[in-house]
Amino acid sequence: MSMSSGEKFIKAIKFGILSPDEIRRMSVVNIVSPETYDEDGTPISGSVMDPRLGAIEPGQTCPVCGNTMRACPGHFGHIELALPVINVLFVRHIYDILRAICAKCSRVKLPPNEMERYRTYLRKLRERYPLLATRFAEYLKRKAIKMSVCPHCGAKQPKIKLEKPTTFYEVSEDRKEMTRLNPITIRSRLERIPDEDLELIGYDPKDARPEWMVLTVLPVPPTTMRPSILVETGVRSEDDLTHKLVDIVRTNERLREHIAAGAPQIIIEDLWELLQYHVTTYLDNEVPGVPPAKHRSGRPLKTLAQRLKGKEGRFRGNLSGKRVDFSARTVISPDPYLSINEVGVPIDVAKVLTVPERVTPWNIDELRKYVLNGPNKWPGANYVITADGRRLDLRYVKDRKSIAESLAPGWIVERHLKDGDIVLFNRQPSLHRMSMMGHIVKVLPGKTFRLHLAVCPPYNADFDGDEMNLHVPQTEEARAEARVLLLVQNHILTPRYGGMIIGAIQDYISGAYILTSKSVLLTKEDVVDLLAAAGYVGEIPEPAILSPKKLWTGKQIISLFLPEDFNYHGRANISAGHLRCDDIECFWDSYVVVRKGKLLLGVLDKKSIGAEQQENLLHWLTKEYGVEYAKEFMDRLFRMFIRVLEKRGFTMRLDDVSIPDEAKKEINEILMEAFKRVQELVKMYLNGELELIPGRTLEETLEIKILEVLAEARDRAGEAAAKYLDPFNYAFVMARTGARGNILNLTQMAASLGQMTVRGERIWRGYMGRPLPHYERDDLGPLARGFVVNSFFSGLSPTEMFFHAAGGREGLVDTAVRTSQSGYMQRRLINALQDLYVEYDGTVRAADGSIVQFVYGEDGIDLMRAAHGKAVNIERIVERVVGWKM
Amino acid sequence: MPTKKDLSKILEHELVPKHEVVSLEEGIEVLRKYGVRPEQLPWIKASDPVVRAIGARPGDIIKIVRKSPTGGEIVVYRYVVPG
Repeated sequence: MSMSSGEKFIKAIKFGILSPDEIRRMSVVNIVSPETYDEDGTPISGSVMDPRLGAIEPGQTCPVCGNTMRACPGHFGHIELALPVINVLFVRHIYDILRAICAKCSRVKLPPNEMERYRTYLRKLRERYPLLATRFAEYLKRKAIKMSVCPHCGAKQPKIKLEKPTTFYEVSEDRKEMTRLNPITIRSRLERIPDEDLELIGYDPKDARPEWMVLTVLPVPPTTMRPSILVETGVRSEDDLTHKLVDIVRTNERLREHIAAGAPQIIIEDLWELLQYHVTTYLDNEVPGVPPAKHRSGRPLKTLAQRLKGKEGRFRGNLSGKRVDFSARTVISPDPYLSINEVGVPIDVAKVLTVPERVTPWNIDELRKYVLNGPNKWPGANYVITADGRRLDLRYVKDRKSIAESLAPGWIVERHLKDGDIVLFNRQPSLHRMSMMGHIVKVLPGKTFRLHLAVCPPYNADFDGDEMNLHVPQTEEARAEARVLLLVQNHILTPRYGGMIIGAIQDYISGAYILTSKSVLLTKEDVVDLLAAAGYVGEIPEPAILSPKKLWTGKQIISLFLPEDFNYHGRANISAGHLRCDDIECFWDSYVVVRKGKLLLGVLDKKSIGAEQQENLLHWLTKEYGVEYAKEFMDRLFRMFIRVLEKRGFTMRLDDVSIPDEAKKEINEILMEAFKRVQELVKMYLNGELELIPGRTLEETLEIKILEVLAEARDRAGEAAAKYLDPFNYAFVMARTGARGNILNLTQMAASLGQMTVRGERIWRGYMGRPLPHYERDDLGPLARGFVVNSFFSGLSPTEMFFHAAGGREGLVDTAVRTSQSGYMQRRLINALQDLYVEYDGTVRAADGSIVQFVYGEDGIDLMRAAHGKAVNIERIVERVVGWKM
Repeated sequence: MPTKKDLSKILEHELVPKHEVVSLEEGIEVLRKYGVRPEQLPWIKASDPVVRAIGARPGDIIKIVRKSPTGGEIVVYRYVVPG
């Protein structure tokens, strides 16, 4: 690769410790004064507000760099500490090094004859395996710490103790005598370590001499990074860091004076201790064992470490998570008349969010109109940028007309959001890439974002108060990328398993089922109405029934939207139980057959057009005719399905779950029979006749068997109830077609709730030998252990209601715990894997180009484009070609 | 401490895929194919039982042929590192 000479590349990044020399070199002023301002409010030279630390007042020029507030980056100062103090952030290192070196001669306690060997080995490792080198150095350090006699000078080694957070003691070997090591002693020991020895225990003496971990000079950050706030009353409120720095300067100067005056040792030591405290809390105000420095109000100060740490710290809060302009957030609500690609944006929002548009001869007339409309009338414009880069705020321009007239190619108009613009739409938690998709704007009245119901599954959105965010891309590149890659239609298939994540849900499924069922015949008026709802333009097919009246079937209507060469065979969702059909000869209409683009047999329901389904009719349409086709198909048909329900009426009512008396009797008999079997099991258990399940105790065996019997009883009760339900009863239709709910929900409403469980066991906790005082002790019968005989329709008894609540509570706790735990786990996984990518040769690589997998997923298959995890689905290809499923 | 004989037994276990040390030429060919330096291959420790069983030394490249439930037979490489 050829590069122009001016380019510079980052080859490596290295962190080190600032040396006292370096701190002095980058400093512009030595800070000595604890007073910051004099009476008239001018900052005192030589204090932490020294003007040389940076221009902070508007109009002030910096005495160091000559810039004004806008351009002056600020400059460091320094404090010469009267006595050295330990840097808390390095105590662990200081502790390790002190133990690894000889207390007398300061050599690293490794055998002298082996040191050279270690050194060459370490250097070799460092070249090829930097990771192993750090581990080897760590090993050497541990080895040196273990030595109780110095191999260099033969001195016996005292034990070194660290008293958290910053005090070191030396415990002499013979007598249990503790002497305190002050920072001066520590520093001098660290200073005497030879460079060659440091290398062995993993420190690079060029950038991290250990004595630099004991501070003798403290850098004072520029005023620009600790701005003071002016309250309206004229009172100045200083930043926490400034407060802390003043504390340090004050103690430091007092200490210096006392030393100069020859004060007693105790006073000096007390002040030294205080200086250590202030420096410690300045660096980190959450060190264990140190009382945090407080503000006058009692609030703990936010010092250096607190600025960086945690969710709102510099890294997670400001670098990974920046706040942005051109964004909006509001409540979402549904709008089935939008396309799945669209999002409804309130006019109020559209008037604030803008798109920069460059003036050309082709759009100048239109842009003039926007400028004339101004910022308060939609569609208008908020800003105009002239050819020479001046920015005109249309809110404060008196004469918009003259600006509109002087508009010329090369100018930029920041016009309001309008129909057809592309935006990014997002709902938290953003767990997968479909959590942020590109939508086409449709400006609408109202105050909520509107979205099509079929895009609820990818966002996991509902309308119980959910809010979503919207972002307006500002460059041509970003807009192109959004249109090509992020548009909703490109995310109909999920990359997780290649199935549809966008498809029919709830009412769409009910509507499709109603429309396509055999019993529905449509008059010409119906047909025309439905086709108009779908926006169909074209001929109406020959009616299925000509006489006495022209009538059409719903399947004929669907067929109008299918491609002419499309074939499909598959079971419908209702194909279960006694409606089950496995091939084309199906009395129940539960096997879907499409031949040459005609829906011949079968009803459309969740299995054919539903979201989160695989290898169904909609899935093959999407894969074989493209996402554009699928989008169009869904937009049109789904609108029609809604119309079907509007015309016919579709609701669930109490009757839907009421059953006749004979059904109640039958259910009661089933339950009583089960109860009898439970009694028998209990009797067998008491007599010791129960046969053990391998690996289970007697009690566990009994419980498992009872649960089996009762679960079966509940299912049978449900089946009995279903027998008496009208097949076109709304609740039942929804359950069968998969639109909403399942047969179990119906069973619980109509027949019996069945056994309540907590942690998979029958409910037994509470009193001694019984869950509630309403039962005998040690009653193992169904009713005493949380079996609910009643249904939601018949109503629960008080004890039943308690058991139901106990079971329901577990579900709530589980979801709360699961979401928090899986959220954190996902965060860790994403952080660990975010730089991996699939190289053009099919390998998975880490950011440095090292190989993670030799073939992606060990089979090189892109799940999104694959069929059921396989590269090709031969059955489907045969079906397409032959027109029949083999 | 397992003996060399004990170690060679593990190679016969059905769950241990085929490991072999590749020749210098073949190793260079592998590196050329993927365009990587040896240490950019996934690592395997010299103390790994299989590595000891086949007698590979740090710096060698090992070829592993294993069955994958999705991909049939798959060939991967490991770079032996000290440890």
